[in-house]
Amino acid sequence: MTAAASSIKPLDPAAPASAGRRRPGRAAKAKPEWASPAVYLVAALVIAALLAPVVYVILGGFRNNSQITADPAGLPDPWVVDNYRVVLTSSGFWQQVGNSTIAAACGTLGTVTLGLMVSFVIARYPFKGGSALYMLFAAGLMFPMTVAITPLYILIKNLGMMNSLAGIIIPGIAFALPQTVIILVPFLRAIPKELEEAASLDGCGRMGFFWRVVVPLSAPGVVTTGILTFVGSWNSYMLPLFILTDHSKYTLPLGVQAFASEHSVNTAQVLAFTSLSMIPALVVFSLFERRIVGGLTGAVKG
Amino acid sequence: MTAVTSAPAGGATAVRRSKKRKSPSSLSWRDRVEITALSAPAVIMFLTFVILPVIMAAYYGFFKWKGFGVPTNFVGFDNYRTILTDPEFHNVLRHNAIVVVGSLALQGPFALLLALLLNKKMRGQSVIRVLIFIPYVISEVIAGTAWGLILQTDGAMNGLLRKLGLGALANDWISNPKTALTILLFILTWKYAGFAVIIFLAGMQGIPEELTEAAKVDGASYWQIQRKITIPLLGPTMRMWGFLSIIGSLQLFDLVYIIWGQYISSTAGTSTMATYMVVNGRMSGNYGYGNAVAVVLFLISLVIALTYQRFVLRRDTEGALTGSSR
Repeated sequence: MTAAASSIKPLDPAAPASAGRRRPGRAAKAKPEWASPAVYLVAALVIAALLAPVVYVILGGFRNNSQITADPAGLPDPWVVDNYRVVLTSSGFWQQVGNSTIAAACGTLGTVTLGLMVSFVIARYPFKGGSALYMLFAAGLMFPMTVAITPLYILIKNLGMMNSLAGIIIPGIAFALPQTVIILVPFLRAIPKELEEAASLDGCGRMGFFWRVVVPLSAPGVVTTGILTFVGSWNSYMLPLFILTDHSKYTLPLGVQAFASEHSVNTAQVLAFTSLSMIPALVVFSLFERRIVGGLTGAVKG
Repeated sequence: MTAVTSAPAGGATAVRRSKKRKSPSSLSWRDRVEITALSAPAVIMFLTFVILPVIMAAYYGFFKWKGFGVPTNFVGFDNYRTILTDPEFHNVLRHNAIVVVGSLALQGPFALLLALLLNKKMRGQSVIRVLIFIPYVISEVIAGTAWGLILQTDGAMNGLLRKLGLGALANDWISNPKTALTILLFILTWKYAGFAVIIFLAGMQGIPEELTEAAKVDGASYWQIQRKITIPLLGPTMRMWGFLSIIGSLQLFDLVYIIWGQYISSTAGTSTMATYMVVNGRMSGNYGYGNAVAVVLFLISLVIALTYQRFVLRRDTEGALTGSSR
């Protein structure tokens, strides 16, 4: 991975300097220093304010409804695990987790595969249409799903994909492609021409070059776009809202909304359901946070 | 995301450069097959599910249409006339404008201060980053459901105020038209400030350390360095964030729809172009009208985006051009 990163970065104007400088710095000092206590104090206050609603939801799940009615802003007393137990043993919750997982996994795989293929063409084939193709996808960022949602609904209906996961996966891929292409093309373009020439001297065709050199070297970009697509798909709301009508096909966001309106009197259980459905995206994100920031850094530097 | 604007320029130069080396006619049949095979799936998907629906919206917008069968009742620009004369649509435009300006004015400075504070190598930085980013990662539905419960009349917010002896401030936060829009801006800040912080921090890492080190040697204070070096050099990043924020504010749907529901949003004064489109289009079975609203929303976004690109992002694009063709 390090080899890939260093061979890709030199073409990125701002990257080599900072990367080169940072690494020896890190190696010399094993750990960065502590900042002043004031910095941590401010950070702690901001984080407390940002996380308060999240903490309220999680703690609320450990209370029962009479506790919530009597004192809406109180702490659990005593702690009740029943709400979480009920949600975790309900089949609806797990079905929605399953649906969301299938939709997000297939969507991510499809987006990354198609995005990598077309980005490779744009970045590495010297032909007239390349920049036009790039502009097409760049313009796609201007076509938000909000604008297209009603015709999209009609299109999906006519294709017979209503109320199926395919009906949200396929348009999801299409709408995630612009972001993917825009992040991946610079990565692929940065692969040195020499590598391609060396590969062809060794009797490796363009496709062989694609599989043996491009795919491994573009891994950092692929991971970034993959995570962004996954979290985006996992959280998507509007498309499933229009396409999925059957409860058994619901993804988690729709499930949360349905649960909240069906059990509106049972606030505690709604809170438990809500906090459990936050977990997957949070876990995926915190595991890969560095990668996302890294990928964004490249994109921001342009 | 800056790549959006800078990369097309870089892309163009790259293609131009390679054209000199190899003229397009030198493509072998094999190249052509590969280009087609590799790009066709993505292009077909994109044209079918992104471009085609937008064209369909433009077409359906000229009909009074219930959403099934072939649209036959052609009404020309009637839908557009109705939209532009509907006082509710004027309200919706005002709400969107307030959200655009409010998001820029609240999230920007807040995120900038926070990013300046955290822009140093220090212990615990990655933990702090993850925590700040959490509201952004949580889905709109979950955030909306949580805030809806907290802000309802007998919810935690009023409970907390009473506990603090501020019971007089207790409010019907969501349905009171005097406060609802402010509450919406507050929730948007909570949800999206973390994204701005991360983008700004990423941009700050691209600022060469020599500059700040040299300034330090020359005796510049911490705030002088921030004001004279970090913030100006962060310009491209901030302008790009502004672009994303404006486009996002114009398209705002999920949070409003979840917290304020289908119909309350208009009485509470939080309805947006997108919720107006869904409520007056699909929900009332008037698909033609909904599509016309989508077209208006698209045109407004497009005009604002192009104006922004032309006047605000232009120098960044130029910088990228000279940078990549050096």
